[in-house]
Parts: sequence; C-alpha cells; structure tokens
Amino acid sequence: MKKETKILIVLSMILAFVFFLSFGLGKYPIELNELIGILSSKVLPIKQFWTNNQEIALFNIRMPRILLGILVGAALPAAGVCYQGIFRNPMVSPDLLGASSGAAFGAVLAILSGAGFLGISMSAFFFALFTVWIVCIVGKHAKGNPTLGLVLAGIMVSSVFTSATSFLKLVADPDQELPAITYWLMGSLAGAKKSDVLFAIFPILLGMIPLFLLRWKLNLLTLGEEEARTMGVDVPKIRGIVIACATLITAASISVSGMIGWVGLVIPHFARMLIGCDYRKLLPASVLMGAAFLLIVDNIARLATTSEIPIGILTSFVGAPFFLYLIMREGE
Amino acid sequence: MEIEVANLDAYYGKHKVLSDLSFSLEKGKLMCVLGPNGVGKSTLFQCILGLKKQHAGTIYIEGVELETLDIRQRAKRIAFIPQSHQPVFSYKVKDVVLMSTESTLCGMKGPGKQQMEMTLEAMERVGISHLAERKYTQISGGERQLVMIARALAQQAKVLIMDEPTSNLDYGNQVRIMEQIRRLVEGGYTILQSCHQPDQAFLYADEILVLWEGGVLIQGPPKEVLTEKLIQKIYGVDVEIKSFHQDQIRVCIPSHLHKN
Repeated sequence: MKKETKILIVLSMILAFVFFLSFGLGKYPIELNELIGILSSKVLPIKQFWTNNQEIALFNIRMPRILLGILVGAALPAAGVCYQGIFRNPMVSPDLLGASSGAAFGAVLAILSGAGFLGISMSAFFFALFTVWIVCIVGKHAKGNPTLGLVLAGIMVSSVFTSATSFLKLVADPDQELPAITYWLMGSLAGAKKSDVLFAIFPILLGMIPLFLLRWKLNLLTLGEEEARTMGVDVPKIRGIVIACATLITAASISVSGMIGWVGLVIPHFARMLIGCDYRKLLPASVLMGAAFLLIVDNIARLATTSEIPIGILTSFVGAPFFLYLIMREGE
Repeated sequence: MEIEVANLDAYYGKHKVLSDLSFSLEKGKLMCVLGPNGVGKSTLFQCILGLKKQHAGTIYIEGVELETLDIRQRAKRIAFIPQSHQPVFSYKVKDVVLMSTESTLCGMKGPGKQQMEMTLEAMERVGISHLAERKYTQISGGERQLVMIARALAQQAKVLIMDEPTSNLDYGNQVRIMEQIRRLVEGGYTILQSCHQPDQAFLYADEILVLWEGGVLIQGPPKEVLTEKLIQKIYGVDVEIKSFHQDQIRVCIPSHLHKN
C-alpha cells in the first residue's frame, strides 16, 4: 500500500476516535456502555438502562454539535486548500473573496432586525454568496491580470462590508444586540441544533462533491493559467466551478458557526506537510484533519472552563503556536 | 508542413504587434526565432499555442487548422516549455511530469497506470529518472528545465514550442539542454524556439526565422540568413562572423573588441 493511502486511513481512524470520544465528553456524563446502548437502541431492540435525560442530551445537544463541528471542520480547509491552489498562494484563506465579511454583515443585519437563529443563518449565507458574486463581477471587468483583479476586488468589497458592519454595531443597542453581535462574530458551535446541521449539510455536500471530482485538475491550476491551458485544461471554466463550490461551502459553514478563522488557512498547510501537494490526496487529508481538529478544539471550548469559550478564539490559541513551531522546524 | 502560419495579425491591447506574418516549418526541424525584444516573438507563440484569441489569419498544426481543435486536441499536438517555471508548491518531479498527461484523459478522471508509464518513459528519455521522487522546488535550474522538457514529452505532442529555454541557465546547462533539444529533433519532434544568441542559432538550428517590425524579415538556414549586415540591422551592433573547422561552426564577435 502506498504511504499516502496509509496516512489517509490513519487520519480517518483518528477522526472516528475523536468522533466517539466527543459523545462521551460533557458536563452531563454518559458512560461508554450507555453511549453504545443509546446509539444502538435506534436500530436494535435494547432495553433502556440509561436515563431519559441522557438520551435527550445525546441526541438534542451533543449530536448536533458534533456533526456541525465535523461539517464546518471539513468545509473550511476544503475551501481553503482549493482557493490556495487556484490563486497559487499558500497564504490564502477561504475568506479571500469576501465571504466572511459578507456573512458578518448579513448576520449583524439580521440580529438588528430581530430575526431568530434561522433568519441569522440565512441572512449570513446569502450575504456571503452575494459578496463573492459582486467580487467576481468586479474582478471580471478589471483591466490587466485577472487573478490580481479578483484579489483586489475581494479586498475592496470586503472592506466596504466590514465598515458597514462596524456602522451597524455603532447603531446597535449596547445592552442586548451588541453582545449578541460580538458573540456571533467570535464564532462558536455552542447551541448547535438539528436545524443548523440540516441548514448547512446540503450546501456543503453540494459544494464538496464537485471539488472532489475535480481534485486532479486542481494540480494543473497551480501551474498558472497559460501553462494549464497549453496542457488542455479549460481554465476559466474549472476555476469558475471551483470558486463557486468553495464559496458555497464557506458561506454555509460561516452562516451556522460564525467566524471561525484560521482553520481554513492552516489545516491545508499541515495536510501538505503530511501528505504532499497532490490534490488527489491533499483534499481528502485536509477534510479529515480539519474535522478532527475542530472537534478536538470544540471539546476544549465546551469543557475547559465553566462557561463556554468561543471556538473562534481557541482555534487561533491552539493553532498559531503550533504553526509557529512547524515553521521553525521546517527551516532547519 | 508541421507548422504553417498564414497571414497572421495579432494585437496586444490596441497595438498591432504582428501583421500579415507567414512562415512554415517542416517536420523534424528546429527553428530559432530571432528578433529584438518586443518584436512579437512571445505573441507569435501565444497565437500558435491558442492562448491568444484576437488574430486574423490561419495557423495549421500537422495540417489541421488550429481553430477547429478543442483545447484538449490542441494539447495533444502542441506542448509548451516556458522560459523558467517558478513553482509555488513543492510537488514531486514525477507529479509535475504526470500533470501534462491531462490531454490523454477524458472527463474528470485522474491519471491511471497508462499515464504513469508515459511519465516514466518521458523522464527516462531526457535522463532524469533518478529525480522522480525529489521535490521540484529543491532541484537545480538545469534539472528543472529538463523536467519541463520531460513534461512536454509526456504530453504526447510532437510539436514543441519553447520560449528561450536556456536563458536562465549556466553555460554547461545551456549546452546540455540544447543537445537534448537536438536529440529530440533527430527523433522526429518539430521544435520552434525563441533565442537571443546568434551563436546558439548557428550551432543548433536548422532554420532561422527573423522577425522585424511585426512581420518576417527573412527565413532560411542559419548560414544563409545570419549575416553581419542582418545582425547590425536587428540588434544595432556591429559584429564580425568567424568560421571554424572548415566552416562547420560560425560565431559572432562584437567588432569593437578587436578594432584597436
């Protein structure tokens, strides 16, 4: 068996382990035998030996949160690694084209107009897509280098939405709305519900499948437009599909989790160090590592202190020092 | 004729770079394109590679009109070797070569066993099999240029376009790359390359194409075409052409070096 295949198998096993571990972890203790009992009772006729509260905690609180952690943890690095390939730059993150500033604006707007959780998610999702759409239109009409035009348009449009968000914060009610806004912007999986999972899963799958099918071609896109075209790749078409899919999954995950930075930028780096640059292996590795990483960090977020720490804060706290260590080690 | 260009017009923005340009090249020949910077060598190559749309005129590759081919069919006929390739990600050498087999795939499928064989064969042919597992970012400039050649061969195209393939290399690597290119020509490949050294054209080219003011100034074998007068005209320097070994080899020497 090839080395890369082995790595992917090990990563899958780590994810599976963290997945089951996360069920058992929480303020409301559930023993391993109870966990197995509750889960298998859905398909097997087993006599209940656990409390009803345990079952409710597992299915209504822990399960959605774990599933959402996996979805978001898989989506952000997948989008990031694809963006890095098409923009030929390892320092690119999924919000390059303004998805997160658009989502933030949409969410804040919804919070101010008193919308519920679903309304906030939907508004964030559509504004994220809307922002990237504007960026692509502007970038298309930019003179000169098309990639540079797109990146510059992303920076400009992002900053417009960021200042619009700041303005909304200024006029927000400082007692109730402003804390809600601040908390949303930090990013968190706390309070994840079944509806959040259902809201995010379809766009994420819809975006993820084409990226997986096109992952070989992503290699050629890293060579640059001219070289890829001389090798027979219809660059504008493939790039368009990749941007659309990566944006879709980014928008869907930000809209349910808020701004969880860092994961989309750094996980692809770790994956590249571990498994190499070939997207046929790199994309699955990024997805597996991202999902496991976010689950671990989310467990810390909900267990480390008596009150929740927003995961967006922790991802940088855990990730940045580790990243610095890797940079220094790589230089040797 | 392997490459035939007829009445080509090309624009760079609103500026007309090539006008009514025509030439042809036989199979199994190496043609060096000479001309001052900015004369339109790169634009001509971009047109032949199908990277530039806006042009009047017709280009035939292996007798087929270029515009009737889709992007994959084109890639099967013509491969491109860039001047220097700056990699962003550290792919393995064999993965870089493997990428060009894209033209032999269909749909969204990735490469399989057959493509891996093409890759190994191409690396063997230019003598870089030992580099297969090395990182492309960690090999020398000369080796990297050989990888680019292997990549073009793995693409299965028989017409190769090279944009000054030796301009970033030291003398030893220049000679090695040019000899490799010569071997490919003997093996039936047709190669169109731009070059800045009349000496290199004398040593290796079968044909010379001189571009001047957007058109072809003259085409022919190096010894007939490259004269002291022509070099003075296109580059604006006075040279003396010397011959060695019963005129098997000719070199250019700038005149001011031996006036006194």
